[in-house]
Amino acid sequence: MSDDLIVILTGAACAIACAIPGCFLVLRGISLIGDAISHAVLPGIVIAFLITNSLSAWPVVIGASAVGLLTVFLIETLTRTRRVKEDASIAVVFPALFALGVLLLVQYADYRDLDPDCVLHGEILHAPLMTIELFGATLSRPLFVLTIAAAVNLVFALVFFKELKLSTFDAGLAAASGFSPILLHYLLTGVVSLTTVASFESVGAILVVAFLIVPAATAYLLTDRLGPMLVLAMAVGSTAAYLGFELAVALDASVAGSMTVAMGGLFLLVWLAAPREGVLGRFLRNRRRKERFALALVIEHLVREPTAAPDLAPALRWPEQRITELVATLTTRGHIAENAGVLVATKAGSEFVSDVVD
Amino acid sequence: MSETLLTVLAGAMVLGLSAGALGCFAVLRRHSLLGDALAHAALPGVCLAFLLGSWAGFDPKHPLLLAGGALCTAWIGTLLILGITRTTRLKQDAAIGIVLSVFFGAGMVLLTIVQGMGNAQQAGLDKFLFGQAAALTRNDVIVMSAFAAVVLGALLVFYRPFKLLVFDAEHAASLGIRVKRYEVLLVTLMVVAVVLGLRTVGVVLMAAMLVTPAAAARQWTDRLGLMIALAGGFGMAAGAAGAWISALEARIPTGPIIVLSATALLLISLLVSPRRGLLWAWVRRRRNRRRVRVENLLKDFWRLAERDNGYGRPRALSDVMAVRGAVSRAVDDAESTGFIRKAGTQLQLTDKGLMRAARVVRNHRIWEAYLSNRLDLADDHLHRDAEDMEHVLDDEVIEQIDAALGHPAKDPHGRPIPRGAPA
Repeated sequence: MSDDLIVILTGAACAIACAIPGCFLVLRGISLIGDAISHAVLPGIVIAFLITNSLSAWPVVIGASAVGLLTVFLIETLTRTRRVKEDASIAVVFPALFALGVLLLVQYADYRDLDPDCVLHGEILHAPLMTIELFGATLSRPLFVLTIAAAVNLVFALVFFKELKLSTFDAGLAAASGFSPILLHYLLTGVVSLTTVASFESVGAILVVAFLIVPAATAYLLTDRLGPMLVLAMAVGSTAAYLGFELAVALDASVAGSMTVAMGGLFLLVWLAAPREGVLGRFLRNRRRKERFALALVIEHLVREPTAAPDLAPALRWPEQRITELVATLTTRGHIAENAGVLVATKAGSEFVSDVVD
Repeated sequence: MSETLLTVLAGAMVLGLSAGALGCFAVLRRHSLLGDALAHAALPGVCLAFLLGSWAGFDPKHPLLLAGGALCTAWIGTLLILGITRTTRLKQDAAIGIVLSVFFGAGMVLLTIVQGMGNAQQAGLDKFLFGQAAALTRNDVIVMSAFAAVVLGALLVFYRPFKLLVFDAEHAASLGIRVKRYEVLLVTLMVVAVVLGLRTVGVVLMAAMLVTPAAAARQWTDRLGLMIALAGGFGMAAGAAGAWISALEARIPTGPIIVLSATALLLISLLVSPRRGLLWAWVRRRRNRRRVRVENLLKDFWRLAERDNGYGRPRALSDVMAVRGAVSRAVDDAESTGFIRKAGTQLQLTDKGLMRAARVVRNHRIWEAYLSNRLDLADDHLHRDAEDMEHVLDDEVIEQIDAALGHPAKDPHGRPIPRGAPA
């Protein structure tokens, strides 16, 4: 496998792994919990590193994920005291933990083999260089880890699909049906923590937020159904990983950053052009609706009161030119006809009106 | 004190003051994470300004130039957040997350491009990520102070409309205040405050500079003016502590220490602030539980006494505990308060205890009578509510209810309502 391909695949695996819990974060309106977790696992990673002296060991993954869950717990505890609102709790807890992480990092970075830049930003370009021997083959460790993470998350989503779906869209019914909302919340945030930690050395603490949220949000603008949304989010994420890599090569810039920018670009595209939720689609739909309504109003007036063409504008109190346009359109469509000097609505015209009114 | 330390100290304190004061509005309007997004969105602006500056031949690291760039992209980020929430079904949290991470990614891309230019000037641009207060220059602090003065001045001038906006935007609109205009102004001020902090604490920790001091100040007061002053003060204190502590030893970064100091202030405020303090709430809860425990025990004595008409009679512990399973802790508490005394191996109500027992039973039965007479509750629905109310009703209320009910002699279950301790 070429090095470029490994980098792209690592980015895609990261995007797929993140997109799955990301969809639920977006749908539940807790995207920023993902933000908080991804920042707050830093002290966990540093502490686990200081104990095990390695960034790759499983204890790091477990320890740092535990700190992710601790973050969620702290935010909830602080909110539950009712002294601090939820948004403020998030904004208080994760910078504090992140500050602790930076402090530890700076304290020990100098005489331990721990590069702050590497931990904070990750370096996906190193993916082909970090190898492990497995079953006699030499594999890229980040690619391997993220592929496992993606597979685990996929299994998680499939196994708990019903529970997650119900508790996301109707928390009350889910609780009444015997699915513990708290358990599911911690399960989901646990998955977010694990995924964040797995993504750390490739894309870093902050950009992983983009991998979690942006593809999921993009997919949400394209579909109303959870299953297709998950698939679309994974597709958007991995497409962005590929486009981002090409962009990074072209600009000679940060690969993970470029992948994020590509995600932003795809989001922007969908935001503007999505069939139903897009800005453009809405604009066109609104204009069409307005036009149809105006046409119907003119016909409706003629049904009640056949009018000569020059008298129509004063009768409706609309601008002359607008009326001329509308009359021309209606005449070519056969919705109105001129009869002995006055305009009257045809049968097709009346049908059009009842169609619009319905 | 060295010149460097003074500079850092001044910078950190100016930042703490303005971010803390402005953060109050973010916290009260539940926009706490907007600051986080703004800070991240400022990063590409800094890099763009640098690129523009080196291309046009200015000093690319002039603080005003970089601040201007940061202001621009932070502003665009805010507009995008508003646009996404208005025109799509995505909620604010997702909009904030998208803008925050994509702008930061763009910042990383630009940063690597700048670094790839091999320009000696570029060194230190990445300090915007996590801040490097130690590198603050006199010039930086002057620019920061000017910005801070603008922010605080605007807060003073527009205090009244801002206050209305925070607490009742609809009312403000009905008074003819241009709510949109002040919203925009407030966000702009927040952007300025965020840009102020980029050099000192960096984009990631900036959210805490806005929110943590304000959340701490909120614990001490219900008044906006005081809250702003306190938050500014806390922010300044945290800034000073951060600058001071990080100067003590090498390898202690200023930004994180400022944030951790502010967090410590918040924790202290949460625990011991006079009215909202969790410590006092805990003490109150403990005291109430003890009181309920003791009063229930006294009631058990009374119920036993009603059976054999022996109000002052010593009783075996096991008899009292059998009534409802009172715990020995209740016995210890009641004894130390002087409601009961030990008589040999037995327990006996003191005069004080007898009076309190009569009062609790009276409260309970009058409340039952009230619920039954006035609210027409069924007889089997009275007891549980009365079990709670007997401990909270004060004498004045009870006498009023008693009078309103015509001084009933018995409760709905036919048990006598005591008036004071029996002779």
